[in-house]
Amino acid sequence: MANYLIAMATFGAIYAILALGLNVMWGMAGMVNLGIVGFYAFGAYISALLTVKAHGPIALGFAAAMAGTALMAALVTLGLTRLRDDYLAIVTLGFAEVVRIVAENEIWLTRGTDGISGIPQPLKSTLGSDFNAAYLVLCLAILVVVLFALERVRLSPFGRVLRAIREDAQVAAFAGKDVLKFKVKAFAIGGALAGLAGALYAHYSSYIVPEIYVPLLTIYIFLALTEGGIGNNFGAIIGAFVVVFFLESTRFLVGVIPWLSAEQLAALREFVIGLGLLLVLFFRPRGLAPEPLPRLATK
Amino acid sequence: MIEKIIQLSLNGLMAGAVLAVPAIGLTMIFAVLRFVNFSVAGHMAVGAFTGYVLNAWFGLPAWIAILGAFVGAGAVGIAADHVALRPLRGHRALTLAIASIALNLMIESTIRFFFGGSPRDYAIPLRRDMSFGFLHVGPQQVENFVIAGVAMLLLLLFLLLTTTGKAMRAVADNPMLADSKGIDPDRMARLAIGIGMGLAGIGGMLVGLDTSIDPLVGFRTILSVFAAAVVGGLGSIPGAVVGGLAIGLSEELSLLALPATYKSAIGFLAIVVILTLRPQGLLGTKAA
Repeated sequence: MANYLIAMATFGAIYAILALGLNVMWGMAGMVNLGIVGFYAFGAYISALLTVKAHGPIALGFAAAMAGTALMAALVTLGLTRLRDDYLAIVTLGFAEVVRIVAENEIWLTRGTDGISGIPQPLKSTLGSDFNAAYLVLCLAILVVVLFALERVRLSPFGRVLRAIREDAQVAAFAGKDVLKFKVKAFAIGGALAGLAGALYAHYSSYIVPEIYVPLLTIYIFLALTEGGIGNNFGAIIGAFVVVFFLESTRFLVGVIPWLSAEQLAALREFVIGLGLLLVLFFRPRGLAPEPLPRLATK
Repeated sequence: MIEKIIQLSLNGLMAGAVLAVPAIGLTMIFAVLRFVNFSVAGHMAVGAFTGYVLNAWFGLPAWIAILGAFVGAGAVGIAADHVALRPLRGHRALTLAIASIALNLMIESTIRFFFGGSPRDYAIPLRRDMSFGFLHVGPQQVENFVIAGVAMLLLLLFLLLTTTGKAMRAVADNPMLADSKGIDPDRMARLAIGIGMGLAGIGGMLVGLDTSIDPLVGFRTILSVFAAAVVGGLGSIPGAVVGGLAIGLSEELSLLALPATYKSAIGFLAIVVILTLRPQGLLGTKAA
């Protein structure tokens, strides 16, 4: 049971970092990323390939995952930031699909649907059975660092400009801000965090395969962020843990409702996820814990 | 080589006509309601399964079942929009787009709950390909092409000749002006969604007739459908037709250079290229 709780908390921390990444893009800068799962996969593959194929150190894998994914995120937004946000939504959705297709088909590089196994787990041999607990501590420590960094960003002049762009990009541009540059930067920061989460997952499970990276995962992260409170970093973290708790606790329903098949229960769970997202948008569009705004900024 | 190109172009045009149908649905809803409705994917599946029930359970021929696909997906579209998206009108387009993703998940999981996730086939006879010299075409492809063509023609007549069709075009063109002329925006929104999602339903069934259906039949095609709408210009119905044909052609012709598994990446590539070079799309007028 303890092991199970540790695994759950580890997933919670990884999802929380993803939700924080999405919060920089969507919550702070108002740009939607429907392909966050693609950036998460991208980071995981970079770190896995660097450590398994090129035998690089794990720290290098993490650094490259963050840098590579940040660069990719910047590239994706570069040509699109002038357009309506809807277009960015479509493009990012497509990006995630392309990442998965490439991972499935470039077998020489990614081993296709067999996946990459034997991804090194840091200090596994010294830690032995304590590895899972130690890795959880690492994830939580990284989460805390990310949280503090993002809180500083949020309260900095940079964060203020992002909020201005989110509320009205034209006004921000009129005030002399280079909107494009700010948007690309926000997307790169969010991308780096998704890449970091991807690397964290890869070196935790030691095995990655394209089928993990389905669009449903993106919806989980959206649910985590919206229920926690768009724009609120603490809310994003709470939301992520709530979502993981919900996903895991519903697993135990298999025995409780015997007349439903496993497939039907899975369908039911997806339905509830969709319904949850919709209800949050209906009743608490700013989330359960709304973004803390300076007094004068509220309407 | 030339023969292969001609063959692939023919396949591409026929596949493109099928893509154009749900792309028109998407673009029409966008034109009237000004947000990207991602639940088009789920409604494609609703149409495919409505048609499946009529065809495989009640034994109706495919071309009649496709009317059911239109009605079923259209009715679900209006009802789902009324419950799930209408209360959010007035919010940002992005909020509505995300709500439509949640709705899409609910629709797909409902179908999965009742029909399961494994693929099913329509009750249609297996027929031999027809040959014209070096060209080969499947009879089902030809039928789908004709059905798609008829659906588009009927829509065109509706938009050009009926008062309601004209009113709808007016709303798409200038909502404020249309409102001041006494056109009920709510009624037009319902109509656009009913017809748009109905067309998505037809598209879903056509895709399914060519392959097989499961709850994700629409989701697997959605990137190509979006590509068709964006390449043609979001909000432009003729654009969606041109875009559909263009995407169908590019996807098939990509087989000359790329393995078939990369076909669905072509749509993404097309979206990126067109948004970089001509953001308003081939036939669109405005991008913002």
